Amino acid sequence: MAVAFDEMNIPGGELRPAYEVLARWLKETPAEALAYRHQEAELLFRRIGITFAVYGEAESTERLIPFDVIPRIMSGKEWALLEKGLKQRVRALNMFLRDIYHGRDILRAEIVPDDLIFQNPVFRPEMNGQQVPHDVYVHIAGIDIVRVDAEDFIVLEDNARTPSGVSYMLENREIMMRLFPDLFARHKVAPVERYPDELLAALRSVAPQSASGEPTVALLTPGVYNSAYYEHSFLADKLGIELVEGRDLIVKNNEVFMRTTEGLKRVDVIYRRVDDDFLDPLTFRPDSVLGVPGLMSAYAAGNITLANAVGTGIADDKAIYSYMPDIVKFYLGEEPILKNVPTWRCREPKDLAYVLDNLGELVVKEVHGSGGYGMLIGPAATRATIEAFREKLKRDPEGFIAQPTLALSTCPTCTASGLAPRHVDLRPFVLTGSKHTTIVPGGLTRVALKEGSLVVNSSQGGGTKDTWILDE
Amino acid sequence: MLSRTAENLYWLARYVERAEYLARTIDATLRVTALPAAYIGKTNEWDSALLTAGVAASFYRTHEEANEHNVIDYLSFAVDNPSSIRNCIEAARLNSRSVRTALTSEMWDTINSAWIELQAVWSKGSSTREDLAKFLRFVQETSLRFDGSAYRTMLRNDAYWFSRMGLHLERADNTARILDVKYHVLLPEEEHVGGPLDFYQWSSILRSVSALTAYHWVYRETLKPWLIADLLILNDTLPRSLASCYGNLVRNLDQIGVAYGRQGPAQRHARGIRNRLEHSNMNDIFQHGVHEFIQEFITDNSRLGEIITKQYLI
Repeated sequence: MAVAFDEMNIPGGELRPAYEVLARWLKETPAEALAYRHQEAELLFRRIGITFAVYGEAESTERLIPFDVIPRIMSGKEWALLEKGLKQRVRALNMFLRDIYHGRDILRAEIVPDDLIFQNPVFRPEMNGQQVPHDVYVHIAGIDIVRVDAEDFIVLEDNARTPSGVSYMLENREIMMRLFPDLFARHKVAPVERYPDELLAALRSVAPQSASGEPTVALLTPGVYNSAYYEHSFLADKLGIELVEGRDLIVKNNEVFMRTTEGLKRVDVIYRRVDDDFLDPLTFRPDSVLGVPGLMSAYAAGNITLANAVGTGIADDKAIYSYMPDIVKFYLGEEPILKNVPTWRCREPKDLAYVLDNLGELVVKEVHGSGGYGMLIGPAATRATIEAFREKLKRDPEGFIAQPTLALSTCPTCTASGLAPRHVDLRPFVLTGSKHTTIVPGGLTRVALKEGSLVVNSSQGGGTKDTWILDE
Repeated sequence: MLSRTAENLYWLARYVERAEYLARTIDATLRVTALPAAYIGKTNEWDSALLTAGVAASFYRTHEEANEHNVIDYLSFAVDNPSSIRNCIEAARLNSRSVRTALTSEMWDTINSAWIELQAVWSKGSSTREDLAKFLRFVQETSLRFDGSAYRTMLRNDAYWFSRMGLHLERADNTARILDVKYHVLLPEEEHVGGPLDFYQWSSILRSVSALTAYHWVYRETLKPWLIADLLILNDTLPRSLASCYGNLVRNLDQIGVAYGRQGPAQRHARGIRNRLEHSNMNDIFQHGVHEFIQEFITDNSRLGEIITKQYLI
């Protein structure tokens, strides 16, 4: 594996410009002071209750995501390029979804194979021909980006269903500003705090035509036991909208209402953090109590906007991912600004043969997996694991893709033995309303806390950092 | 606001109030039982602590007899007692989590910090008297902080009023219960009135509702049963009296009625109870029977809870 790109140091000892001030400050700051701040941050997170739930563990079902106090810094110029690339990608994602559920030009042009769509469990035939308000499907996208060298940002994954983590982006910043006012005074960090305002504006802008003058927006959560519940309540609070559960909503005459102390009140836009499968027991899983019976018929009648739309999973599927560069070109007629990781589609015999021959060097992922589960990291796996995976692959080649192990960039991070480089990725959040696509400068930086580890997922012991975009 | 949110706020306030009341009850009982036998007579104070907490029946399902050790544990820490202090704080925190959007950060911080301390320090119970005293103080401080932060930071809207309603309804219930369990010592016809035995019983009643000092300010007299009853039932300057709780309940319900532009059965029922309290005097109550009066009140009070639930919370 290639040597990872160090975001702070140029090999030979020189500093990259964005990190100059931070490096000086780190030199002046005694290690104990840093450790003390670290503890303080942890205490704050615990007190504020910024936790996530871990499934399948009886004890301590609420956990903190470890927070690293050393910020990850990016220059304004680097960000500008990223921003452009992200907007381009999300525009294409939205056009792709509209096309898949309507004209299907891209299938006719044979750019994406039919069966990848129609045999995909996340494809929603209920959405065929369904008009979605303002043709926006992915109102909130979380695009996972990794950096491999000074020039290249690569998209690792498009999260187009219900991406989470934005509360950490906002809370990390709050806590950093509380703990390190001096460090902020020495930098010009672009603010992220207008995210909730922009989200609300985007959600309001996509209200259905039948909405009254001031559309009512609500956030639908599966409830307090959901792993991202903290984020749901945090966002509802910042947006000043009701945080509703399925049992708070009722559908009457194809309109959606919430039960309030003053009687029923109509809801126009639902920012839903409940997966498609659980939205409406009449249409999807009948055993689900998280959703709202009749919601899909209100949706079909055009009386409610769901954000994100139903059926967006087809766009963030890992099998579709490998076609994203072609998708961007097809709809926008532009070269994609952000690259993809080279991807072997195991469904194609040639690719499968290559993957089977090189398992030891590749990362193999389940097409429908998420959160770092069910993947093989070849270079870090034992021989036996690789052989077991080989059998799985042969049995179900369509279920997998493979990618080279990327040398994710590293950032200085607090560890038990002092500052050390650790691998990071970045999840910026892209908002799409009826008129604009916007991004606040920054995102959630996730960091693999174990030495050498490439797994940044919080469910696998990863942590987070504040992400600073310098305003030059 | 969402009915579920209102319901959570209402119950959240009730749980916090109940936890505080239990802490006060334990505190007051400990004081009485620490006295030499001649001062307390033969009554089992721990038994009456269970009765005022309204958990005697469930306690005796699993315990033979009530003593200091098992009652304190049952009221404070028992997991199988849904009304134990620990479970009240757990429930308050769960309710808070599901209505975080309706709480101010100060209120959330109070409950969440208390819950964290409960997990970290008190999850195993307390081993010594000193520990117990600390625990009871911690519970009372939590309630004070919660109440204070609600008072100082919440918008004066329906969220505030529903939460206050829970508080006053629970508080009225607690005061009524302690009166009901101790009504026999408040009967003026009893023999030995004014002996040391009664004195400590009376002062423990006042301590349970933190009104001992208030009594002296209001009446400037030694402890007398009918004055204690007057203070706890009819004196609306005492925040825990039935009259004061109902003054507040009527006010909160009116505020909601005005905000929503609609009055309903809850407003009418609360006003009825308040009027009865306003037009009673202690003579009539003693004539009628303290026990009967309190029993009726407890029934009326929980009826109000049901009406509020039906009108707003479901």
